[in-house]
Amino acid sequence: MAKHQFCTFVLDGYFFGVAVRQVQEVIRYLEMTRVPLASPVVRGLINLRGQIVTAIDLRRRLDLRDRPADRLPMNVVIRTEEGPISLLVDEIGDVLEVDQEAFERPPETLGGVARELIRGAYKLKDRLLLILDTEKAVQLPAAA
Amino acid sequence: MTDMGNLIKEFLVESYENLDQLDQDLVQLEQSPDDRNRLASIFRTIHTIKGTCGFFGFGRLEAVAHAGENLLSLLRDGKLHLDGPITGALLAMVDAVRAMLGRIEVSQEEGDVDYSGLIAHLTALQTVPSDAAPPATAAAPAEQATPPAAPSAAGSTPLAQTPPAAAKPVTAFAQAPPPATPSPAIATPQAPVSPPAPVQASPPPAPAPAPAVPTPAPLAAAAAAPAPPPAAPPQPLESVAAPVPPQQKVAAPAEKDSSDSVSASESEGESAEGPAKAREQSQAVSEGNIRVDVGLLDKLMNLVGELVLARNQILQYTSTQKDTIFLGTCQRLNLITTQLQEGVMKTRMQPIGNIWNKFPRVVRDLAANCGKHIRLEMEGKETELDKTIIEAIKDPLTHVVRNSVDHGIEPSDVRLANGKSAEGVLFLRAYHEGGQVNIEISDDGGGINTERVKAKALERGLISRDQAARMSEQELIHLIFLPGFSTAEKVTNVSGRGVGMDVVKTNIEKIGGTIDINSRLGHGTTLRIKIPLTLAIIPALVVTNGGDRYAIPQVSLLELVRLEGEQARKGIELIHGVPVYRLRGSLLPLVYLNHELQPDTPNGISADTEVVTIVVLQADDRQYGLVVEGICDTEEIVVKPLGKLLKSISLFAGATIMGDGRVALILDVMGIAQKARVVSQSRDHGRGDRGARGEDRHTDRQTMLLFGQGEGRRMAIPLSRVARLEEIQRTTVETAGGREVVQYRGQILPLVRLSEVVGGDTEEGKRDPMQVVVYQEGPLRVGIVVDNIQDIVEATLDVQCSNKRPGVLGSAVIQQHVTDLIDVPDVIRSADLTKFHEAAAV
Repeated sequence: MAKHQFCTFVLDGYFFGVAVRQVQEVIRYLEMTRVPLASPVVRGLINLRGQIVTAIDLRRRLDLRDRPADRLPMNVVIRTEEGPISLLVDEIGDVLEVDQEAFERPPETLGGVARELIRGAYKLKDRLLLILDTEKAVQLPAAA
Repeated sequence: MTDMGNLIKEFLVESYENLDQLDQDLVQLEQSPDDRNRLASIFRTIHTIKGTCGFFGFGRLEAVAHAGENLLSLLRDGKLHLDGPITGALLAMVDAVRAMLGRIEVSQEEGDVDYSGLIAHLTALQTVPSDAAPPATAAAPAEQATPPAAPSAAGSTPLAQTPPAAAKPVTAFAQAPPPATPSPAIATPQAPVSPPAPVQASPPPAPAPAPAVPTPAPLAAAAAAPAPPPAAPPQPLESVAAPVPPQQKVAAPAEKDSSDSVSASESEGESAEGPAKAREQSQAVSEGNIRVDVGLLDKLMNLVGELVLARNQILQYTSTQKDTIFLGTCQRLNLITTQLQEGVMKTRMQPIGNIWNKFPRVVRDLAANCGKHIRLEMEGKETELDKTIIEAIKDPLTHVVRNSVDHGIEPSDVRLANGKSAEGVLFLRAYHEGGQVNIEISDDGGGINTERVKAKALERGLISRDQAARMSEQELIHLIFLPGFSTAEKVTNVSGRGVGMDVVKTNIEKIGGTIDINSRLGHGTTLRIKIPLTLAIIPALVVTNGGDRYAIPQVSLLELVRLEGEQARKGIELIHGVPVYRLRGSLLPLVYLNHELQPDTPNGISADTEVVTIVVLQADDRQYGLVVEGICDTEEIVVKPLGKLLKSISLFAGATIMGDGRVALILDVMGIAQKARVVSQSRDHGRGDRGARGEDRHTDRQTMLLFGQGEGRRMAIPLSRVARLEEIQRTTVETAGGREVVQYRGQILPLVRLSEVVGGDTEEGKRDPMQVVVYQEGPLRVGIVVDNIQDIVEATLDVQCSNKRPGVLGSAVIQQHVTDLIDVPDVIRSADLTKFHEAAAV
């Protein structure tokens, strides 16, 4: 039976996952340098051990509410063809191994950005693990 | 065997380098056939290759090189005079050698391509001076036999002969061939005949086999079966050596080789000296140079980058420390890091000449092919570029050069008919500017015929007829960058395959460069390539704005101006809302960084500002002042590219990590200038940079179009901005989008009445036909309706900016009259035509 490993995180109460092999590392909050004129989705640039990495606010990318100002986001750094990109999330969860069987595609009622970025959900015992399409997530929203 | 493999590899690398040099030398030699040093160097190169080939048993290669060497030796001794055919043959020989080296590289064998035709050709060329005496066949053997035969001549001729032979080796590396030369040199035309005599005497057989003996024979054998060479050479050589007992005499003039040649003379003679020499040389070279893998250099470069950052961080920390030992150490660390960084940077830099050096040959061959006369001029060969960039622009540049030769410059007869000199000029120029390397390739050829470009583009379906009608000249020229475009009437082996300029463009853009083209029909074409220095560590000025730090590359920085108190409030003046500062009498347009970064903030500063900091920057050929909040420091920064998500923001050239570990953005001086419209994107390049740089452009001599406006008012527009002057009948004026327009050359030309912008009573409303100045900037074309056009004058402008008004830049005295200078961009802006054009373009 096919098993998949996901690195999980919380975003505005939702439980998300990205495939473990796409994740380079997970780190606590790092100071960011904002980039004027950039899309609001881009929160800034972080210094990842000498490498400059663009940080994308996943909340904004998914059209969720902004994080309360007193809560510092964490970085989930994922590998892309153009080098690492950091996804800013609320909290980091465990690495979970789930059965392929528990997967289901998103319902038709899911619309908007979420439909584009959420590949589907794994039905866990107590909640749903939403799988993020990282390739699309690291692109700027079409409108921007 | 691996030893052998390594030796061969070394030989290959060295030979390739030598061959590149050879190409260049030969082409230059053609220009100055009497350059003896160059000839000697060419001779040396070929001789080294030949010798080493013999050592490795590459017989065919040796035979080719040998034929070339013989020809060269005649040239060197002034027996022959270098001309086109000879250069051509020598270049062909170089190519053949190169081809064989290529095969050796792949298979360790020289292949079995037959070069006898080339050898015969090379040999035939040697006969020229002695055509009177022997038939070609006899002369050919004579020459081929010369090197081994020479000793005989040397031995039998007066002592006087030896000194020249001994003298030459100084330049010619004391090899065996020099002794060969005296024989023809001294015996003059008849000489070539006489040397064969001894040779023929020794091996009684027919003359025909004889020539084959000294060199080609072993080679032929070697080609047939690569193994035998060691065995084969002794026989034929002995047969030659036999009638030539004074073999030692050969060694005598070539003092240095004596030990080698004596030991080897019996069997190998000259071919043994060759490799010895070659090894000696390569040893000398390898002592001073080593080859390093570029990957390793890249790694070093990255590490140094990190070290610089760490150093910066430590230096920041030292300011809070008092421990003198620690401080001293830090200072040393600082110094060493800087030196290390400079050193590593240098290892990666290469002069652009490394690529250009190939061009004389390329141009020569192509020009000869196309029957054209072309002179190649180069300026700024020493301009250094990072190795990766050099690699990346090599092919595009070559393509552009080939294009210029093939399409750009006309054949001599056409040039003469057009009143140009028969010889076309291709001019390459490279220079650093504004943190970029600029490369210009210009020719004085026919220029780009936009009508033909248009026709071709239509024919290929690249644009629609509609689009074509609307396109400006410049846009039409840019069509050549479209994929699948080629105007060559016929496909030559040079170009015309339609994979040309678009590939050039993509390749240049891939490394973050830009390419631009300017062409004047009948006068030539200039291509301009700009390549940013993206991967360097650069000194930068760090400024603050809105609580963030930004780095400005120091190369663009001219000076810093600080205005305080009264000056801060009054120093900045406005021209129709556009802020300027008088810097030593000339106007410096100001750009507010704050406003550029956050367009919703007001463009300007509050009236009660106490301090204004202006960073004076150079963008292309313009200067502008960037107003920032504060200035921190200068720092060495490592330029890191921005991610894909941010690339589209033209204001930033990259990012860097500051001493405290935080990221700072690097401002793109050019990008800001463009965004703030200090320089317009479609600006005419050709005019911009020549001469005017650094001078005060307000006092330049300019050609101005003068016209009257209203009651005795005189106004002027720089003629360079005027596309045409037209008279337009009132009845043809129509309206579109609430604006007056006319149909003009298949386009809709919006009209702007100057009086509406600059005010004043005018008669333009009554005049019929109306006088219209057609102004063009990029795709933007506007007809400015003026009162009455008077004159075109060249005048030195001393602009007085005291009386600025909307649409007016200022006033100057032209021909003893006060004349208002029209600020055309401002006129257009106030007429708000951009929208109109956008609408029209859809």
